[in-house]
Amino acid sequence: MYDGALGDLIEELGQLPGIGPKSAQRLAFHLLASDSADVERLTSALERVKAQVRFCENCGNVTEAEQCGICRDPRRTETLICVVEEPKDVLAVERTGEFRGRYHVLGGAINPLEGIGPDDLRIRQLMVRLQKGETKELILATDPNTEGEATATYLAMLVKPMGFKVTRLASGLPVGGDLEYADEVTLGRAFSGRRDVD
Amino acid sequence: MRVRQLQLSDFRSYAHAQVLFDDGPSILVGPNGHGKTNLVEALVYLANLRSHRVASDAPLVRQGCEQAVIRAEIVHDSRRLLAELAIVPGKSNKARLNKTPLARPREIIGALKAVAFAPEDLALVRGEPSARRRYLDELLCARFPRYAGVRADYERVLKQRNTLLRTAYLAKKTGGRGPGGAEMATLDAWDAHLARHGAELLAGRLALLDDLAEPVAKAHAKIADGRSEVTLAYESELGDGLAADQDLLAARLGAALAGARAKEVERGTTLVGPHRDDLDLQLGSLPVRGYASHGETWSVALALRLGAFELLRADGAAPILILDDVFAELDATRRERLAEYAEAAPQTLITCAVAGDVPERLTGARYDVWEGEIKRVL
Ligand SMILES: Nc1ncnc2c1ncn2[C@@H]1O[C@H](COP(=O)(O)OP(=O)(O)OP(=O)(O)O)[C@@H](O)[C@H]1O
Ligand SMILES: [Mg+2]
Ligand SMILES: [Zn+2]
Repeated sequence: MYDGALGDLIEELGQLPGIGPKSAQRLAFHLLASDSADVERLTSALERVKAQVRFCENCGNVTEAEQCGICRDPRRTETLICVVEEPKDVLAVERTGEFRGRYHVLGGAINPLEGIGPDDLRIRQLMVRLQKGETKELILATDPNTEGEATATYLAMLVKPMGFKVTRLASGLPVGGDLEYADEVTLGRAFSGRRDVD
Repeated sequence: MRVRQLQLSDFRSYAHAQVLFDDGPSILVGPNGHGKTNLVEALVYLANLRSHRVASDAPLVRQGCEQAVIRAEIVHDSRRLLAELAIVPGKSNKARLNKTPLARPREIIGALKAVAFAPEDLALVRGEPSARRRYLDELLCARFPRYAGVRADYERVLKQRNTLLRTAYLAKKTGGRGPGGAEMATLDAWDAHLARHGAELLAGRLALLDDLAEPVAKAHAKIADGRSEVTLAYESELGDGLAADQDLLAARLGAALAGARAKEVERGTTLVGPHRDDLDLQLGSLPVRGYASHGETWSVALALRLGAFELLRADGAAPILILDDVFAELDATRRERLAEYAEAAPQTLITCAVAGDVPERLTGARYDVWEGEIKRVL
């Protein structure tokens, strides 16, 4: 174990997802050996991300303004809303170039094992959005795993009686998978072949 | 299907082991506790991703080690397949087929098909319904590996749904703050998925039972001299005489869940679904459980395994047959009958403490197992 600043850094890095004790140590020593200027850029990036980045008041995507670039873009339509779990899923869908509507980022999926229920997700905000009357179709693009499927079904049960068209991304996505890791072609195909939710 | 070579690292009592197997019967002989069952258990695990002796993985890893590795060279239709599995208790296992890593370990199911018969199988007849459900599901997955995914999906939904019900139950009991109205409303969504995956599993089991009833009855007639007939029936909350129609089953399961909702909330667990079902065994006009004699119980258990063997063989991929410590438990007639099966199988691995317990007609390779050393002697 290392004492003082180095020990603290290793401990902090080790808290990050996907970073084990060994990697934390390697990263810490890498930083220690780096130029001061490089480390300052990293520190400043870390500070700015916390100070400047927030969540879009409309869709929950990451942004530095009140609304994200997609919500501000007049060419994008509110008629079609694609519901995803995480901001990184927005990027995945954007890469396909198939989608001209807007997004709604839930901030996760329903997961009783982790104590996450509908009230912990941005579902109420979605209902407020739908009340505005511009939206016709909702595309449920939650992850194709147990929790994502249950979330999609829950949302469909909620909004279908309100008269919205609700579709789910077509299969072809790996079951038990993560939207973020689906390749562009597969995800693009899933978009064009989306199916009604019953 | 045949296993040409088996290699173990830190599996059970073995730091390292390597054995070559021929076609036909191989008999592993050695004193108690010297590692015979450990060896064949590795093959059972590779086939089903579950031991025939223990439910958890921890005992499979050699004491003091982090992981166990099973490596088997399998020959099927003159093609060679190298199946490798690392068992890492507490973390996820890792599997490779012909050196290619598999995304999920369960994808290795089907690479090796094995049917094992062991003293533990008395629980198939006498034990809890879970043993019989496992019997059906393991056979279903061996025939159609996609059911391993269906089962995993069902179990995941069940776990989530039970967690939600349990949280509500505990909150009610302790007067604490439980799941809110919106959260309880998600039960409808969980129901829909439980019914969908449950119906798929249920349809699979029912279709399996249709195919299995005859081979089991035939095997039993052969072993027990046809004194009374064994019949199998699927037992479910949904009623008798269910057809393997997935849509219909999903609708019925959905309705049953809706009907049981109040009781489930009260008890904090899921009360209907394939995880509660049973395989009903009858001998003549009497249930086997609670009625059959000791010898009859053995015959039924054996018939269930040999019926599974025949079914897989009829599918076109005869599994390897593993007979672990069973000859000593059977009378002379049953030993002879079992020996007939063992002879007919493409490959049979037999373990016994006393060589004389295995009928003499079963000639084949002989291995001495002594303190974890395996030596071919014949
Ligand atoms: N995880 C483990 N690590 C080390 N040793 C183990 C482990 N699991 C089991 N053993 C040892 O393996 C031995 C049991 O081996 P095995 O069950 O293969 O015996 P066997 O030869 O089949 O005996 P029997 O004739 O009684 O059936 C026991 O002595 C046990 O202590
Ligand atoms: Mg043994
Ligand atoms: Zn936005």
